[in-house]
Amino acid sequence: MSRLEIDNLTFRDHGPYSLEIVGRECLGLQGASGSGKTLLLRAIADLDPHGGSLRLGDMLCAEVPAPLWRKSVALLPAESSWWQDTVEEHFHDFSSLTAGSLKQLGFDFEVGDWQISRLSTGEKQRLAVLRLLENRPGALLLDEPTASLDVANIEKVEQLLLEYSREQNAPLLWVSHDPEQLARVADRSLFMDENGKLTILGGEDGG
Amino acid sequence: MGVKPLSPLDLSLAATLVLLLGILSWRMRLGLEKRLAISALRTTVQLLFIGQVLRVLFSNASFLFVFAISMVMLTVAGREVVVRQHRKIRGFQGWMLGTGSMFISSFAVAFFALAVIIGNDPWYTPQYAIPLLGMLLGNTMNGISLSMDRMTEALWQQRQVVEQRLLLGQTSREAIQEIRQQAMRSGMIPIINAMAAAGLVSLPGMMTGQILGGSSPMDAVKYQILIMFLICAGTGFGVMTAITLTSRKLFDDRDRLRLEVLEK
Repeated sequence: MSRLEIDNLTFRDHGPYSLEIVGRECLGLQGASGSGKTLLLRAIADLDPHGGSLRLGDMLCAEVPAPLWRKSVALLPAESSWWQDTVEEHFHDFSSLTAGSLKQLGFDFEVGDWQISRLSTGEKQRLAVLRLLENRPGALLLDEPTASLDVANIEKVEQLLLEYSREQNAPLLWVSHDPEQLARVADRSLFMDENGKLTILGGEDGG
Repeated sequence: MGVKPLSPLDLSLAATLVLLLGILSWRMRLGLEKRLAISALRTTVQLLFIGQVLRVLFSNASFLFVFAISMVMLTVAGREVVVRQHRKIRGFQGWMLGTGSMFISSFAVAFFALAVIIGNDPWYTPQYAIPLLGMLLGNTMNGISLSMDRMTEALWQQRQVVEQRLLLGQTSREAIQEIRQQAMRSGMIPIINAMAAAGLVSLPGMMTGQILGGSSPMDAVKYQILIMFLICAGTGFGVMTAITLTSRKLFDDRDRLRLEVLEK
């Protein structure tokens, strides 16, 4: 099924890391800044050179074209980038979005015509979530996905991502600096120290 | 009717103009006088030197000699492309990339023009081959260095956007499509503008020279049109090659942006 398997992953002076996240499971990742959490996600998304093997379900990273891998194992960066003038142009087909998911994040279909330059950081981040999910990824790598959001929106985004994970049977790897958030969303959590070493965080089964 | 020869005194008179400009620059603290002096000196020495080389070359037209000189021209042009890059691709490969693109475009186009269009016997008659290649190299050099510089600079500054697009599953080609277009455009615009303005705003240098040398205006014009087309094609193919090779160098086989190949 859609299990994300990370086997002996190495990059730069980090690793080896071996992790396994099953479908619908959310693995939290916390750690000192600069410890390499973002680098770990980039390596898993095959955006940085790495050693070891990566597998999602039957799909072996090294055997599929990189763009296909990145569509399947989707990384949401902490800060989203936009390159066209309007929101709509960044989607394959904006009209295919459901009113439900838009509404869930506080938008309606009009947002498609909005100018990117008019968006706040928080709006960009929420739209980046929708943009990422449009690819229907099989696994999600989330790098501080709610860092730029206010409390009300944090909850909405958490809900949407967890629902997606449940519906699509998708594993989540959720990086956050907020232990309370991880307690809310993650089934288990890991801690990365300054040297990039991973340890299991106490108080498993956070719900 | 030949050219009226210039005496050293004639050239000295022209040089006083540059000298005057230098004095003015010094008085106005523009800071240009040193570079002005060096460049003026370089143009004098380099052109006098090449004049001597061409004199020897024209009196014994051996293929090897022509080939050797064209290689020297290519090497210097290749160095010039590298020097003009703000963020250059590291090492020998960076030099090879620009030089290779120039070689492919300039030499192919020059050969085509000499052998097929002009059709001298032998085709490498130096009176035609060297000036033609020189004009082609000079222009492709400009186009290639402009477009490569634009490309690497844009990728450097927009790396976050490019990586975001890669993360959404775009191929490297899709992710830099606009950057490629802009880079090619900036390499091609000078020659496109020159073609559009030729004759109306400026009389191109080569044509002017031919007319001064006693050719009929129509002969000179026809040669100028030929040269414009050749330069346009050479620059265009050269720029396309350079941009393609550069983008291949900046991405690896897993569509990852590898900016570490750039210096600095």
